[in-house]
Amino acid sequence: MTDNVLLSVEDVVVDLPTPRGNLRAVDRVNLTLGAGQTLGVVGESGCGKTMLSRAILQLLPKKAKLSGRVRFDGEDLLRLPAEKLRQLRGRSLAVVFQDPMTSLNPVLTIGTQLIETLQEHLELDDAAATRRSVELLAAVGIPAPEQRLAQYPHQLSGGMRQRVAIAIALSCEPKLLIADEPTTALDVTIQAQILDLLAREQRRRHMAMIIITHDLGVVAGRTDEVAVMYAGRVVERAPTAALFKKMRMPYTEALLAALPRLDAAPHTPLPAISGRPPDPTRPLQGCSFAPRCRYAVARCRTEKPALEAAETSAHQFACFHPIEIREGAGA
Amino acid sequence: MAFFVARRLLYLVPVLIAVSLLTFSIASLLPGDLAYTILGDQATPENVAALRRDMGLDQPIWWRYISWLGGVLQGDFGRSFRTGQTVLQAVAERLPVSIELMLLAQLGALGIGVPLAIVCAARSGGAFDRFMTGTAFGMLSVPTFLSAILLIYLFAVELRWLPATGYVPFAEDPLANLRFFVLPSLTLALAEWPTIMRVLRSDMIATLQEDYIALAKAKGLTPARILFVHALKPSSLTLVTITGINIGRLIGGAVIVETIFALPGIGRLLIGAILTRDLIILQGVVLLVGAGFVIMNFIVDMLYAVLDPRIRHGHA
Repeated sequence: MTDNVLLSVEDVVVDLPTPRGNLRAVDRVNLTLGAGQTLGVVGESGCGKTMLSRAILQLLPKKAKLSGRVRFDGEDLLRLPAEKLRQLRGRSLAVVFQDPMTSLNPVLTIGTQLIETLQEHLELDDAAATRRSVELLAAVGIPAPEQRLAQYPHQLSGGMRQRVAIAIALSCEPKLLIADEPTTALDVTIQAQILDLLAREQRRRHMAMIIITHDLGVVAGRTDEVAVMYAGRVVERAPTAALFKKMRMPYTEALLAALPRLDAAPHTPLPAISGRPPDPTRPLQGCSFAPRCRYAVARCRTEKPALEAAETSAHQFACFHPIEIREGAGA
Repeated sequence: MAFFVARRLLYLVPVLIAVSLLTFSIASLLPGDLAYTILGDQATPENVAALRRDMGLDQPIWWRYISWLGGVLQGDFGRSFRTGQTVLQAVAERLPVSIELMLLAQLGALGIGVPLAIVCAARSGGAFDRFMTGTAFGMLSVPTFLSAILLIYLFAVELRWLPATGYVPFAEDPLANLRFFVLPSLTLALAEWPTIMRVLRSDMIATLQEDYIALAKAKGLTPARILFVHALKPSSLTLVTITGINIGRLIGGAVIVETIFALPGIGRLLIGAILTRDLIILQGVVLLVGAGFVIMNFIVDMLYAVLDPRIRHGHA
């Protein structure tokens, strides 16, 4: 980690009141991200990764309760006045949502949606903003960008729409881009293209990026660091290379084992993680993964393991019985 | 788009035929004989029989309908047996008054309802929203004649700002004309804005939950731009439908309002025709008003395509 910290998330808790009681969507999460660094946040559906991203963006549902600290570029986002926050969003903090079918406004042209962001934050006249929009669309690999400006989202394919959403996010050269499952809603054939586009633009613009995904394969090779989330908590956090070399948390191992492999024999059943994530309105006393963990012992069910570093300070995990280190295990 | 327009136009044909059938039945199936009505108490059976033959009343009803419809299609809606005026003349004289009334009423209702809906949706569940939702519900239950009388009492009798009754053609004195229209159109607008406000409010609240609104916030757009540019247009489809249907309610309301405020419009023409049993005028006016309503709603439907590019490009 560099000393130049761009984003720090400290003890962030997100509570959502539901008819069945309080739902703790994010449970004391700590993260730091340096300028130009990339972080992958991985976990299955409902683990709180999207709520964490919304907490950073200050886009939580109205009734959600947020506590902790989110420091971004020297500002405390939770205590920033609305107007300051508005000037920061889109300018230095940008986002790409999961589903490009719903994240673009259906009744406004692509041009309007790009140009309005540019003109909100940068002093650009119409001609300059249009020129810049064409450049941006070309940069994200959209053919005939001039013609696209007058088109509506429904006239573009899903992959093209996600490219437009990325162009909008990149438009003001943000310092941090949060990509919330940017490829989940897309065809498999498009996914790699979009991820490579994000990685390329991230390096070119020296921008920090958080990729949120349920797919460990997405973060491998594309991020500097990975945080694995389960039931609202970060359960393992390590530099990407170190994590894939020796994962310590049984959940991470199970998550990786559940990925389909190209070298497996045809019709090999996928080892799914048995059981379901715990009910987030009824927190467990012990480790939240214990009911599904094949290594769990009595202590795991009564005591909650903390996220702690072991051999190297960079590799942290929350487990009493981490997987023993065997070089190349799981890979 | 052309296909969309053509299909909607085709729907109009059966609707208009149904309207003409219903209007014709009103006049023909009412108890009493038109010939007796015209000739009055002094009628002899011979006179009545002669008039019935002249007017074709001795023919079977389906034949009378077809020959009436034939006349209508050639622009002959009949002639009042009292004033000798043709239906078209009578309507043409009074139509501008009613159109001005309804236009001003609709503008007033939108002018009150739309801004309130936006403010309520932006702060939904807040004190102002709850107060306005309650007020709208209350206003919805106030009948037109009551608000008309209250407005006359307040603005014409007590404050003496505006005339209670009367009319000057717009061409003669535009300002005086508008002064005469303030209270009648406000009366109608007061009955219409709650529907507009409630419908747009709930659609806006739904739209504000959309991903593209979250993205608009994440882009750092101003709250005003998010509400007016990103949320209002996609929320307006039901509002447009309601505005079209409201035209029918406005016509009904105009009959009462024109009578109360002594405006020489279509509503008064209708009332007059009913009171004098001038059935030819009645069926002609009802047919024209009905057709006008259907055609206005067709035009309103076309507005969908203006609002939503997906309809324009035939995706929906």
